[in-house]
Amino acid sequence: MPQSKVRDLSAAVDLIDSGSSVALGLALEHAIPFAAGHELIRQGTDDLTLVGPISDLLFDQLIGAELVETVRAAWVGNVSTGTGYNFRRAVEEGNLDVENHSNFSVALSLKAGAMGVPYLPTRSLLGSDVFAESERFREAEDPYSGDRLALVPAIRPDWSIVHVQRASPYGDAHFWGNSGVTFEGVDAATETLVVAEEIVDPAVIKSDPSRTTITGDSVTAVAEVPYGCHPSPLAGRYNRDNEHYVDYAERTTDRAGTAEWLDEWVHSVPNREAYMERVEKDLRPTERTVAAEVEYGR
Amino acid sequence: MDGDAYTDRELMVAAAAREIDDGDVAFVGMRLPLIAFQVAVSTHASNARSVFESGVVRDTPADGFLHTMCDLPNLDRAVSTTSMIDIMSRLQRGDIDVGFLGGAEIDRYGNLNTTRVASDSGSVRLPGSGGACDIACLSQRTVVLMAHEPRRFVRDVTYNTSPGHGDGGDWRERESVAGGGPDALVTTKATFGFDDGGELYLESLHPGVDFDDVVADFPWDLRTAADVTGESVDRTDPPSRPVLDLIREFDPDGFWTR
Repeated sequence: MPQSKVRDLSAAVDLIDSGSSVALGLALEHAIPFAAGHELIRQGTDDLTLVGPISDLLFDQLIGAELVETVRAAWVGNVSTGTGYNFRRAVEEGNLDVENHSNFSVALSLKAGAMGVPYLPTRSLLGSDVFAESERFREAEDPYSGDRLALVPAIRPDWSIVHVQRASPYGDAHFWGNSGVTFEGVDAATETLVVAEEIVDPAVIKSDPSRTTITGDSVTAVAEVPYGCHPSPLAGRYNRDNEHYVDYAERTTDRAGTAEWLDEWVHSVPNREAYMERVEKDLRPTERTVAAEVEYGR
Repeated sequence: MDGDAYTDRELMVAAAAREIDDGDVAFVGMRLPLIAFQVAVSTHASNARSVFESGVVRDTPADGFLHTMCDLPNLDRAVSTTSMIDIMSRLQRGDIDVGFLGGAEIDRYGNLNTTRVASDSGSVRLPGSGGACDIACLSQRTVVLMAHEPRRFVRDVTYNTSPGHGDGGDWRERESVAGGGPDALVTTKATFGFDDGGELYLESLHPGVDFDDVVADFPWDLRTAADVTGESVDRTDPPSRPVLDLIREFDPDGFWTR
């Protein structure tokens, strides 16, 4: 029988060393592992390199907590309001290195890492300053057709942190809803932390293997954290808390406001239960929509 | 809002919806295009589909307001909730008919900047490309939506996040930029096309907007429909009553459109 990889969240996040590269927010505005990110802030895990496509608020919070040295991303901000003030301030003050990507170049970087190849070619990027100003992307001629292509080198993060609906203690996980670059991120990373709404019996996972999108052999640790994505949504479980995004934007325009916000929502809350006590809204789906039954047979 | 009065952004949504043809596959980013697709598929384009870089593929309006493409109503009754590699590969294959873009700056050839702009105090960092560079490079055609402010129309974009027609002519072909590039610009004052050389020209003024006010916002001699097609500059059709009703159904509190 495989060994359980279950840890509580703080012990799991404690495995991530300062100086690590960490991929986060891989399903875009969906399933962002905020609880794990907040634990990184509480533990003061610093000198981080963050990797992701549209990172939304979690990158801005980690940057505001002064834990980030480098960002390799396509977009950093607040999807509801635009600007991420901590990101903007850190770049303008010269305190953050940014490797500018497009969403596809982040996806291809992780896909190359996941496939174990050094790079992948694309027809995107050519003609843009995302390409022209990059020290990483290269132009190459397709040896078959002679076409010009952009080459995107692999990224292999030290860690990927992903949030799923349910996982077995072994790290085999069901995830549904849009996935962005979640699976590429898991396969590219050396270590993966799976945060699950629910840890379930392995028989539940095996009842629907087509939904098993992460297998335990890629997973280092599993932590159970209900509502671990708030304020982002998780398919079937809870919707987006948009007011939280708007409130964050209004309160974090300067350093002092950010410090207050982090104190209220991160430092003074020891865990996710305490955090969720502060969220008064009911974000559960207003209507259950259950998929048709699937049969496998033998 | 009562009667047939409408906001600038409601008019932009209506104009954007007209850019989606029946049967199109539209790459729908965030904000106004998200609503424009829902209007289009509810009116003249019932066979259109939308794809989102998050992985969502839809062919019907969402049953509920969307702050983002990943809100649960957008996942509920979607055709598919897949991955970014899947969606971007459709784009790279040339399967996306129309993509929507926004930007902080645009130049006369439709190059767009969403990465950084110059200011009196130095450089201002913006959120970046997201999927915009990919949509700009690879869609069959793109439609740009933008607030009409003079500072956004520049001779040269500070950073070319999303390539348009480069420096004009056959630039995209020369530079191996695959898709067709910008085909229309819709602002809060007017609509614009791009001529055969890839240069922006004024096509129609929104109701109540003066020609001189629009032209004054551009730091170059703006071409007009008269220069390009020989026809006069039109008036943009206002949103019809049914279209306005739909926009307000999809954005009941006016979060994006008021």
